[in-house]
Amino acid sequence: MTRTILATTAIWTLITAPALAAGELHIYNWGDYTSPKLIEKFEKEFDVKVTLDSYDSNETMLAKVRAGNSGFDIVVPSDYTVKVMIDEGLLEETKPNEMANFKHMIPKFVDVYWDPGRNYTVPWQFGLTTYAVNTDKYKGPMDSISLLFAPPEELKGRINVLDDMNSLIHAAERFVGVDRCTSNKEDLKKVNDALLAAKPYWRTMSYDTITKITSGDVDVTQTWNGAAYRMRQQIPAIKFAMTKEVMEGWMDNVSVLKGAANVENAKLFQNFIMAPENAALISEFAGYDNGIEGSKAFLPPEFASAPEINMPEGATSEFVPPCPKEVVEIYNKIWTNLKK
Amino acid sequence: MSALQRSTAKRDAGIDRVSRLLTLPSLAIIFVFGILPLVIMLVYSFLKPAAYGGVEWEFSTEAYVSFFFTQDIFDETLTFNPDYLSIYLRSFVFAVGTMIACLLLGFPTAYFIATRPAHQRQWWLLLVTIPFWSNLLIRTVAIMLIIRDEGLVNHWLINLGVIDRPIVMLYTNFAIVLGLFYSFFPFMVLPLYTSLEKLDFRLVEAGFDLYATRGRVLRRIIIPLAKPGIVAGCLLVFIPALGAYVTPLILGGGTHLMIGDLIAQQFGSSRNWPLGAAQALILMSGVLVALFFYARNTAGKGVGHGR
Repeated sequence: MTRTILATTAIWTLITAPALAAGELHIYNWGDYTSPKLIEKFEKEFDVKVTLDSYDSNETMLAKVRAGNSGFDIVVPSDYTVKVMIDEGLLEETKPNEMANFKHMIPKFVDVYWDPGRNYTVPWQFGLTTYAVNTDKYKGPMDSISLLFAPPEELKGRINVLDDMNSLIHAAERFVGVDRCTSNKEDLKKVNDALLAAKPYWRTMSYDTITKITSGDVDVTQTWNGAAYRMRQQIPAIKFAMTKEVMEGWMDNVSVLKGAANVENAKLFQNFIMAPENAALISEFAGYDNGIEGSKAFLPPEFASAPEINMPEGATSEFVPPCPKEVVEIYNKIWTNLKK
Repeated sequence: MSALQRSTAKRDAGIDRVSRLLTLPSLAIIFVFGILPLVIMLVYSFLKPAAYGGVEWEFSTEAYVSFFFTQDIFDETLTFNPDYLSIYLRSFVFAVGTMIACLLLGFPTAYFIATRPAHQRQWWLLLVTIPFWSNLLIRTVAIMLIIRDEGLVNHWLINLGVIDRPIVMLYTNFAIVLGLFYSFFPFMVLPLYTSLEKLDFRLVEAGFDLYATRGRVLRRIIIPLAKPGIVAGCLLVFIPALGAYVTPLILGGGTHLMIGDLIAQQFGSSRNWPLGAAQALILMSGVLVALFFYARNTAGKGVGHGR
């Protein structure tokens, strides 16, 4: 009996011991996205115990945070979700723009629509969403988004698109050449028709893009540039498309939750990741660019010069704000009809 | 009325009170985890969606109206909307198909096990339940590896020279039903086995003695006696198959929505919680109707042969 109590106490001490460190920080980030080296370095430098949890979509994270008492200090929402969270008062105004390392942020990422002037958030990583092609199987042109919507005969039924309402409908809008989040009925009809016409060419609609193309289930997949970088490590023939149409950009941002228990540590973390050598650790792990000037100097040359990361001359990208509610309602109808 | 009787009566009442008190925790659990969430869903389904998910506290029947009708996107007239119903219908067809496949293969399996010598039966049952020791997701991905274009089956068939190009099985309706069948097969076999195990084989012999054919014995004696097991097995397969989420998503390739995906979508990218709540309640009322028929069936004819 005594032995059991002793053992229990010992285990309990082991579990709780790290809490004796100077502080704690609870991070809630996308899965398979946080560099363990970065966390280790931060823990050592500031004597803070970090715990990490992961989510698979902005919506999952938002639902948990909205429910209250999530226990997290830091979340990493994408561009449009940051806007939603600031509008709803879910984020703490931590003033990254007054922090010591703010000078390293690439200027074009300071005045972004979701957080003008960066009063709340710090870039984590950013990337592009177009598509990747296995060039062993298809050797034709891959400079336009039309490959997903009007593919040549050999690619019909060999395509995966993202099971993501916004990304796919925005891609269709670029294909037919209308504005993002348009509420013009005629334009939306064109988008709807393009999606319905293209659906028979798609074998699957899935987020699991890396496995889909590397397993040979498909030859083309809509995907993100960092994922394409990882695909190329497995099959060197896989290429990421830089389309002549404007490309979809996105950025995930380190944000501090309002009422977080460890606000000061969270601010330390925001400042910490704006240092180029630390931002480089983030990219080294997940394969996306990070928005911090000078971080490439700390990255292996094959990453810094990777074709997935470097946009060619003349290519453009855009961040798409969340569409108004009326437009989302129409999107829903188009989407449900597409997938019925 | 003796003093003894009076004291027993008192004690009974006391036990009664105690047992009522003892049921309180379970009642509380049913209320907190069963009824309360349902009430929240019911209330939410009659509210308006807020701009970024969540609800606005304003009464509205919009969720139910939009389940059946739609304002045409392009000319704004209110017309009947078959989209959601056709998604429900597809899930229903897959669930029925799974149920039939499970029954057709589960019945002979259960019959086989029930007719083994008593000491062997537990081993056969163990074999049926072994797949349950590993996670559903892992089993589903395993099926995917087996039936994909460059998977095990196609690999063998091509090597044996049976076919020269792979048969497309993955990401088809066949793959979905195969996956559902595989996941729910034991739910059919186990109740069937319990029914068939109790079957009095003297009745079967009597049937043969009276010159009944094999088919007639099956139809008139075995199946009626196994009916409670058949009904229970069918329900146990049908209901979870109707709401199945992971299996159709992985094996179907995600090009067609099932009820589960549809409801999940309302709470995610569609940002329409009231509609999601309404869809879940509509699904539940469908399941309740099925259970109602089950109850009527077992209460009516089910017990007749037992005695």
